[in-house]
Amino acid sequence: MADTVVGATSDPHASGPHASGDDPSRRDFINIAAIAATVGAVGGLAWPLIDQMNPAGDTLALASIEFDLTKVEPGQQVVVKWRGKPLFVRHRTPAQIAAAVKDDHADLRDPQTDAERTKPGKAEWLILVGTCTHLGCVPTVGGGEYGGWFCPCHGSVYDTSGRIRKGPAPKNLEVPTYSFLSDTKIKVG
Amino acid sequence: MSGHSTYEPKTGFERWLDTRLPIIRFMNDTALDFPTPKNLNYWWTFGGILALMLGIQIVTGIVLAMHYVPHVDYAFNSVERIRRDVNYGWLIQFMHANGASMFFLAVYVHIFRNLYYGSYKAPREVLWILGCVIYLLMIITAFMGYVLPWGQMSFHGAVVITNLIGALPVVGKSITTWLWGGFAVDDPTLNRFFSLHYLMPFVIAGVVILHIWALHVPGNNNPKGVDVKSKADTVPFHPYYTVKDGFAICVFLLMYATFVFYMPDVLGDAINYVKANPLVTPQHIVPEWYLLPFYAILRAVPNKLMGVILMFAAIAVLFILPWLDTSKVRSMRYRPTARLYLGIFFLACLVLGFCGANPPDQPILGHEPSGFMLLDADINSIVWLSRIGALYYFAYFLLVMPILGLTETPLPVPEGISEPVLSHPAAAPTGAAAAPEKRG
Ligand code: HEM
Ligand code: FES
Repeated sequence: MADTVVGATSDPHASGPHASGDDPSRRDFINIAAIAATVGAVGGLAWPLIDQMNPAGDTLALASIEFDLTKVEPGQQVVVKWRGKPLFVRHRTPAQIAAAVKDDHADLRDPQTDAERTKPGKAEWLILVGTCTHLGCVPTVGGGEYGGWFCPCHGSVYDTSGRIRKGPAPKNLEVPTYSFLSDTKIKVG
Repeated sequence: MSGHSTYEPKTGFERWLDTRLPIIRFMNDTALDFPTPKNLNYWWTFGGILALMLGIQIVTGIVLAMHYVPHVDYAFNSVERIRRDVNYGWLIQFMHANGASMFFLAVYVHIFRNLYYGSYKAPREVLWILGCVIYLLMIITAFMGYVLPWGQMSFHGAVVITNLIGALPVVGKSITTWLWGGFAVDDPTLNRFFSLHYLMPFVIAGVVILHIWALHVPGNNNPKGVDVKSKADTVPFHPYYTVKDGFAICVFLLMYATFVFYMPDVLGDAINYVKANPLVTPQHIVPEWYLLPFYAILRAVPNKLMGVILMFAAIAVLFILPWLDTSKVRSMRYRPTARLYLGIFFLACLVLGFCGANPPDQPILGHEPSGFMLLDADINSIVWLSRIGALYYFAYFLLVMPILGLTETPLPVPEGISEPVLSHPAAAPTGAAAAPEKRG
């Protein structure tokens, strides 16, 4: 190929009388524009490919449930499935509530009062997401030295308000958004 | 791939092909005539074993995928159906499940071989790093594969591991939701894990090709750890090492077959024969044996984020090993002190494995805790044993390797592969030359 090029002046890189400097900058512009367009296009396509893995519309639509509290006796806990996770519905006894309130100002890792974790006037109902805030195992009810929950996986201990008291978990058991539809019915999510 | 080729096309077709796609030349130069150090021992046969295991996992996996159903309602039953009803399904499924264990066994031997003979040192750093990439991809593949049968351990293992990422500040939670495709490990998670579990082994195969390419530029290291000086130091790969590798593969396959046919379930966890139930966590969550040491490191740290960071660091540190080891001597045959520390490192890995398999608060000596609390845990507990193990694991790479290389005095290193260490020239004839006659 090289031997078909006759004469050095046709080489655009040579500094001849015509290479005044605006040609290279035009080429730079085209290069930059082409690269920017490619990056934009790849980025624009990458997002759908990434976002498709986020929860789909129908998954999000299944997000709330209603639950009838009359099924739960005092001192008992019922576990229902909510958003693929266990939901704890615990009917606390007065002693358990008292134990939780007594520790409101103890040295807590994730300080919260018992009142902040229940609805006003409904202290007997504790509604929690039943996954340990360490790595997501399901804690067993009544275990541990606070009579709340004990997580078998790595030994986290929660009190009767679901607050973390011992072990590797960083946070209290999560209270989901829920509301009372009537005295005996709640809507979670 | 490097050096000049010895291939001579013999037939007209071979000559025709050679000028168009020199694939036969390529095969000849990489697998038949490749000059290989003449003193390689059996620890060098595990590369071939690994290639075979990857092939077996891919073939058995593709067959399993013909019968497996990636859906939370059917996955567990479909695997049971493969075992009971599909023709030879039991064989294929046991080969695949035990094959993963054999694959990891071989990769650990292979990695320790490299640690002992210093094969990660210049000029083989890229080769070593590609090996680390393969190992990491194997871990991800095996983890996702273990989720597929959708037993109790599959499910809760997936919950615990994906929640690890949730420990990252700010982005952690959105990344886990993204991985799950929902609010928990559920059907979308199982589906994508199946898709990726199918894909990853082929990615591994691609990296294996790069790995072998990077091997064939500097050539093999050898038990003496000295450079090849001349043609006299090497033999052609075929027939010398094809036969040696072949023999080792047969022995390895015998062991593999023993597991497949006589004890297909010993390496697995019985609880995985119970179908996944998101509402009940098994008493004791453990990963497969080959990931136990990392699990022990994770649990050794009371802080969730730090535990996660340390666990990943335990793998990450392997990548920079070529620059942590300051010794110029490759083979530990000539580094008695380093050999001792490596031995302890091996023990530390076993101890960590033992810790990972047992509950954190379990006593080590006797059945009772000592009653003496050190910081947050009883001193006679798995937690403290894992801390000691983890400490040594990191100290070996970050302290022993850099310092020892500068302070130790290695034994005399031979000049080349063919020459013995000649401290007393008179000793040479009795040693090297007399031996072949005795062997007859
Ligand atoms: C790097 C190679 C591979 C490794 C380490 C690996 C590992 C695993 C493991 C540990 C399991 C769980 C088995 C059990 O405990 O019962 C599994 C299951 C499975 N794998 Fe793989 N695998 C590999 C390659 C493949 C490939 C290439 C495919 C598909 C083309 C595949 C398809 C499957 C299927 C369908 C299952 C579910 C059935 C079962 O549990 O036996 N695997 N794999
Ligand atoms: S998951 Fe509960 S303590 Fe680790």
